[in-house]
Amino acid sequence: MQKRAKFGIGIGVIVASLGCLAWLGYGESKTYYHTIAELPTLHGAAAAHRMRVGGTVETGTIRRLSGRVDFVLEGEGKSLPVSYTGSDPLPDTFVDKSQALVEGSLAPDGRFVAERVQAKCASKYEAAPGGTVAPSSAATNSTQRSGM
Amino acid sequence: MDLFGSFALILAFICAVYAFIGGIFAVLTRHPLLVKSTRQAGIATCVLIFLGTLSLEYLFFSDDFSVAYVVAHSNRDLAPFYKIGALWAGQEGSLLFWSFLLAIYVFSALMAYRNKNGELMPYVGVVLAGVQLFFLTLNNFVASPFKALAAPGVGGAMNLVTRADGNGLNGLLQYPEMVIHPPNLYAGYTGFTIPFAFALGALLARYPGEKWIHLTRKWTMIAWGFQSCGILLGAHWAYAVLGWGGYWAWDPVENASLLPWLTGTAFLHSVMMQEKRGMMKVWNVWLVFITFLLCITGTFLTRSGIVASVHAFAQSSIGNWFMGFIVVILLVCLAAYFKNRDYLKSENQLDAMVSRESSFLFNNLILLVSCIAVLSGTLFPVFSEWLSGSRISVGAPFFNKVNIPIGLLLLFLTGVGPLLAWRKTSAESLQRNFAWPLAIGVVGGVVAFALGYRQFYSLVCLALCVFVTATISMEFYRGAKVIRARSGASFVASAVDLTMRNTRRYGGYIVHMGMVLIFVGFAGVAFNKDVQKDMQPGQTMQIGRYTLLLQGTDTKPQKNYTSERMNIEVLRDNKELMMLYPERRRFNIDQPSGTMVAIYSTLKEDLYVVYAGESPETQLPVIHAYLNPLVKWIWFGGAVVVLGTLVALLPNRKSVLVLSAVQQPAALPGQAMTQPFRSTPAMREGHD
Repeated sequence: MQKRAKFGIGIGVIVASLGCLAWLGYGESKTYYHTIAELPTLHGAAAAHRMRVGGTVETGTIRRLSGRVDFVLEGEGKSLPVSYTGSDPLPDTFVDKSQALVEGSLAPDGRFVAERVQAKCASKYEAAPGGTVAPSSAATNSTQRSGM
Repeated sequence: MDLFGSFALILAFICAVYAFIGGIFAVLTRHPLLVKSTRQAGIATCVLIFLGTLSLEYLFFSDDFSVAYVVAHSNRDLAPFYKIGALWAGQEGSLLFWSFLLAIYVFSALMAYRNKNGELMPYVGVVLAGVQLFFLTLNNFVASPFKALAAPGVGGAMNLVTRADGNGLNGLLQYPEMVIHPPNLYAGYTGFTIPFAFALGALLARYPGEKWIHLTRKWTMIAWGFQSCGILLGAHWAYAVLGWGGYWAWDPVENASLLPWLTGTAFLHSVMMQEKRGMMKVWNVWLVFITFLLCITGTFLTRSGIVASVHAFAQSSIGNWFMGFIVVILLVCLAAYFKNRDYLKSENQLDAMVSRESSFLFNNLILLVSCIAVLSGTLFPVFSEWLSGSRISVGAPFFNKVNIPIGLLLLFLTGVGPLLAWRKTSAESLQRNFAWPLAIGVVGGVVAFALGYRQFYSLVCLALCVFVTATISMEFYRGAKVIRARSGASFVASAVDLTMRNTRRYGGYIVHMGMVLIFVGFAGVAFNKDVQKDMQPGQTMQIGRYTLLLQGTDTKPQKNYTSERMNIEVLRDNKELMMLYPERRRFNIDQPSGTMVAIYSTLKEDLYVVYAGESPETQLPVIHAYLNPLVKWIWFGGAVVVLGTLVALLPNRKSVLVLSAVQQPAALPGQAMTQPFRSTPAMREGHD
C-alpha cells in the first residue's frame, strides 16, 4: 500500500505541476474567434479580448496608407473596417475578394486593429496537402507565425 | 483509364465487403474454406486498390484533363516527379493514397501469416477488412478521385468536357520534400492499423500469451519509423519553404501528426513491461487502440477542417464519416474489452520506485499527459464552443509551457531508464551507473553556460543531452569492452558486433541518441534572433556576426514559374563569406507564390534569409533575416533516429567476432558466447 501511495504522490505532483503550466499557457495565449455579425453584440470585457475574425475582403476597399493598410471585411451580410498595423508585408494572396482572417482587437470606434493577417485565394484551396503540413496558416500565407 | 480505375475501386469495395462479412462468419463457423476464401478476398481487395491507384497516376502522366482531379492538381508543364506527388495533393487522392498504403500493409500481413497463427488470423483479417471497407466507402461514394470534368452546356444540361491544360499543382507543394513527406506520414498513420488489428483480434479471440505483441513488434516499429520521419520531413518543409523562420508552430495539423507518435512511442516502451514481466496488459491494449484512433483522428482533423476552420477555411462534410467511424471503432474496442477483460490480468506488480518498470511507467505517463495536452489544446476551440458558446483557441505559449518540461523529463528518463535494473535497483548500482554520466552532464551544463547558452530550459536541456550521451556511450563502451577482451577486435568492430547481436536494444539506444541530437536543436530555439528591413540595392543589414549586403535583384522566367531573386552578399565578421539568393516563385497559373528561403547552415547556427515581399509603404523589397542556432542538429538527429529504427528492425545476428576469435580459451563455443556476458554488470542490468 505504501508503495502505491508513493507512486500516487509522484504521479500527482507531475500531473498537477503540468496542469498549472497548462493553465498559465492558456491564459497567455487564448484567442477568441468571432464572426463579423457577432462583434456588435460584444460588451465590456468580451469586446476587449484579443480575437480572430474571418471574412471576405470587399472589392476596392484595400487602401495602402503610410504605416497601415485599411480594408473592409464582409461576412454574413455585415462589414467590418480593418486597419492592419503589423510590420510584415501582407501575403500575396491578400487581394480583393480573397478570404482573410485577421487577428487583433477591437478599437473603441468599432474599427478592428489587426496585427496579423492571413489570406487565401478564394478560388482554390485544399485542406492539408498530405498531412502534417499546416493548412491553416501554412497553405494560406500569413504575416507572421509564432511557435517553437 | 478513369473507368478502369473506378471499376477497380468498386470491385475492391465488393471484395472488402465479402472479406468483412464472410470473415465474421468464418470466425463464427470456423469453416476452413470460408476462412481461406475471405483471406483471399482480403488479398484481392489490396490488389484492386493497387490497380485503382496506378490508374489515377496514369491519368496524371498522360495529362488526361477530362478528369476533375487531374485538372485541379496538375498541368502539362509539371515535372514528372511532382506528378507522382499530385496524387495526394487533394482530398480525394489523399484518401485513395491512404487506402493504397493500408493495402500494402494488409497485403504483406495477410501474405506473411497466411499459413501461420490459424486461430488468430481470421479475427485480424476481419478487423483489417473493416478498416479498408471504411476507406473504400469514402473512395467510392464520398470522394471519388475519378469524377469526370463536367460543365453546363447548351440548355443547362451537364456535358463532359476536356480541358486543354490543368490548373497546376499548388506552388507550396512543388518542393521535393512534399513528394517524400506525405507518403512517410501516411505510412505511419496507416501502419498502426496492423498492431491495432492484431491487438483487437487477439482480444476477441482470447489468443493466449503475448504472441500478438511479438508478432506486431516489427510492424509497430516500421509505422513508428515512418511517422517520425514524416513529422521531421514536414517540419523541414515548413522551415525551408514557408519562410517564417521556424519549423513547428503547433498548428492543428502538425499536432494531429504528433498525437499518434506520442502514444505510439509510449506503446513501444510499455510492451517491454508486458514481455518481460507480464504487466500492463490492459494498458498496452488500450495504447494500441488509442494510437489507432488518434491516427484516424489525425486524418479527420486534416480532412474535415473541424479545427482548422477556426483560422483556416477548409470545410467538408467528410468529417461526419470520420466521426462515425471513430465512434464505431471506440464502441467495438470497449465491447471487446469489457467482454474479455479477464484475459488481460496482470501477472506481476510494481516492486520499487527506482526500477526499470517505474521508469517505463513514468515515461508512459508523461507521454500520455503530453498527448492529452496537445489534443485538448488542438480541440480547444471545439470544446469551448460546446461549453461556453464562444470559440477560444490557444496558441504556441500553451503548448510550449506544457511540452517543454515534459520533453526535458523524457530526456532525463531516456538517460536513466535503460540503466535501471528490472524489479529493484540497488543504491550501489545507481552510484556505479550514474556517477560518471552525472558528473559529465554537469560539466556539459557548465560549458554550455560559458558558451553563452544562458536560458534556464536550454541550459537544462543541453546538460541533459550531455548526460544522456554519456549514459548511452557507457552502455556501448561496456558491452564493446567485453567483446574486445574476448576477440581482440577493435573497439568499433566490437561495438558493431554488439549492436548486431541485440539489434533491438542497441538500435533503441541509437534512436535515443538521435532524440538527444534533436533536443540539442530544440535548445537553440531560445536564442533565435531576427531582423527585418526594407532594402535598396547597396544597403546592408546586420544580424549577429553577419552583414547582409543587397547587391541587386533579378527576375528569371522558368518553365513552370517566374522567379524573383535577391542577390545578397553575406559577410561574416566583415569578411566575405558567400552569396545567398532568397527567392519568390510566381507560378504561371493563378497560384499563391512560393518562397524559397536561402539558408546558410552550420552546426552552430543557421543564417536564414527570406525575401518577404514588397513593403506596402516604400515599395522596396523587404528582407527578413533570422539567426537560428543549432537547427541543423535536428535534421541530423532525425537521420540518426531513422538509422536506429532500421537497426532495431534487423534480426539479431550471432556474434561474428567472438566465434571466430583466435585467442579464445579452449571452451565450448556455446559457452564462450554466452557465459562471460551474463556475468558482467552491464549485461545483467541493461537487459533490453
